[in-house]
Amino acid sequence: MCKLWTKLTGVMVMASFVVSDIALAAGEKASPLVIVADTRRLTGWEAWFANLYNESHVYFTLLTVITIPVVGVILGLIADLVMSHIGIDLKSRELAEH
Amino acid sequence: MDWLYVLMPISGVTVFWPGLVILGVGVGIIGGFFGMGGAWMVTPGLNILGFPMAFAIGTDIAHMAGKSLISTMRHGRFGNVDYRLGFIMLIGTVVGFEVGAQMIMWLERLGKVELYVRWMYVVLLILIAWMIFSDVVKKRKKEREARAAGMDVEKLATGIEWHKTLHKIKIPPVIHFKAAGFYCSAWLPIFVSFLTGWLAGILGIGGGLIRMPALIYFIGCPTHIAVGTDLFEVMISGLYGAATYTYKGRTELLAALIMLVGAAVGAQIGTVATKYIKGYGIRIAFGVAVIGCCISIIMKLIPRYIAGTKVAMDITSTVLILGLVGALSLYIFIKMLQGAREEIAVRKGKT
Repeated sequence: MCKLWTKLTGVMVMASFVVSDIALAAGEKASPLVIVADTRRLTGWEAWFANLYNESHVYFTLLTVITIPVVGVILGLIADLVMSHIGIDLKSRELAEH
Repeated sequence: MDWLYVLMPISGVTVFWPGLVILGVGVGIIGGFFGMGGAWMVTPGLNILGFPMAFAIGTDIAHMAGKSLISTMRHGRFGNVDYRLGFIMLIGTVVGFEVGAQMIMWLERLGKVELYVRWMYVVLLILIAWMIFSDVVKKRKKEREARAAGMDVEKLATGIEWHKTLHKIKIPPVIHFKAAGFYCSAWLPIFVSFLTGWLAGILGIGGGLIRMPALIYFIGCPTHIAVGTDLFEVMISGLYGAATYTYKGRTELLAALIMLVGAAVGAQIGTVATKYIKGYGIRIAFGVAVIGCCISIIMKLIPRYIAGTKVAMDITSTVLILGLVGALSLYIFIKMLQGAREEIAVRKGKT
């Protein structure tokens, strides 16, 4: 079963890369557009952030893909704490249609 | 009041940040409650706040991944996510999306892709709305008949029961979906997700709007499980979408994070509200959202046939979408508050 899931996950990851190319090809042909962040007005972390974007979209993508779930989990846990503090049961519910 | 505005380092636009938080809360509530990403609500909202369209789409997808993760965590703890069903459906979704994208290429060669897609979307949404409301009518009729016979209706009884017929097709492998509570051929969810993925590929949408009712009416998931399982799929596709859009340089990460702060609160409210609103309450509210979405698309089509109405229709459809998001969020929030208050009162009464 474990092997099957590993294979399925592998196929899905591969397919997701293939699908993206086909999906993009499906859209209208866009003229090549390069967006460059203007760093002249920026200082500190903002300048670092914009420079990272300008220098490498790969690193910027990695930063995004790691940051979003991590921040999501942290914010979710904080909201959990607040909700639990109010006194709501956050682990069970009654399954009913009406 | 300069502190209310923040400069987005990548796109270079200055944005009213409380607007991002409010948008995050609204879509968090609705996404957590209905089990969908809600790109059709957020993208126009971000565009209004000042983001160029490409950044509006990329930023929306990045925030959607985080928001769906929060909602899926909560739904998972409630037992609302059937992970096995979610993984199996991913296969059909990916393949279906590819076929849909190929069809768009073919339609593009015909030169009428946008018009066909919009009309197809309208027809599809009308069908979904019809399905939901005829289901509600049938369920009420069953309830009346049961009451007249002096009997009670089962907790999970529904009006439309197409899934019962589909479950009789026993092509191997037949799998037990524990959380959803039924046995069926694995080919049924694969086929249904292929169809929903194909439609999503053609329409250029995430697919939650189609997948949620498909999970209920064709696969037979109880409403709460359909919401949770759909969110699980939205989370995975959202993460992939965030990666691909960011790689193309169209994501404003700072805006996504600000929205996520609001969405963390909204997603909890929306998800916890499913604890207090029964399945048919969710279905009816979803039907209302579908009708609103359909009207907004029809408004986008009107200028094609009546000249000089573009500006008015654009403004009206945006107001309609944002008004609908606001009204539905308020309804869900009030129901959640009422439910929580009752639960806390019962608990206090016991201790």
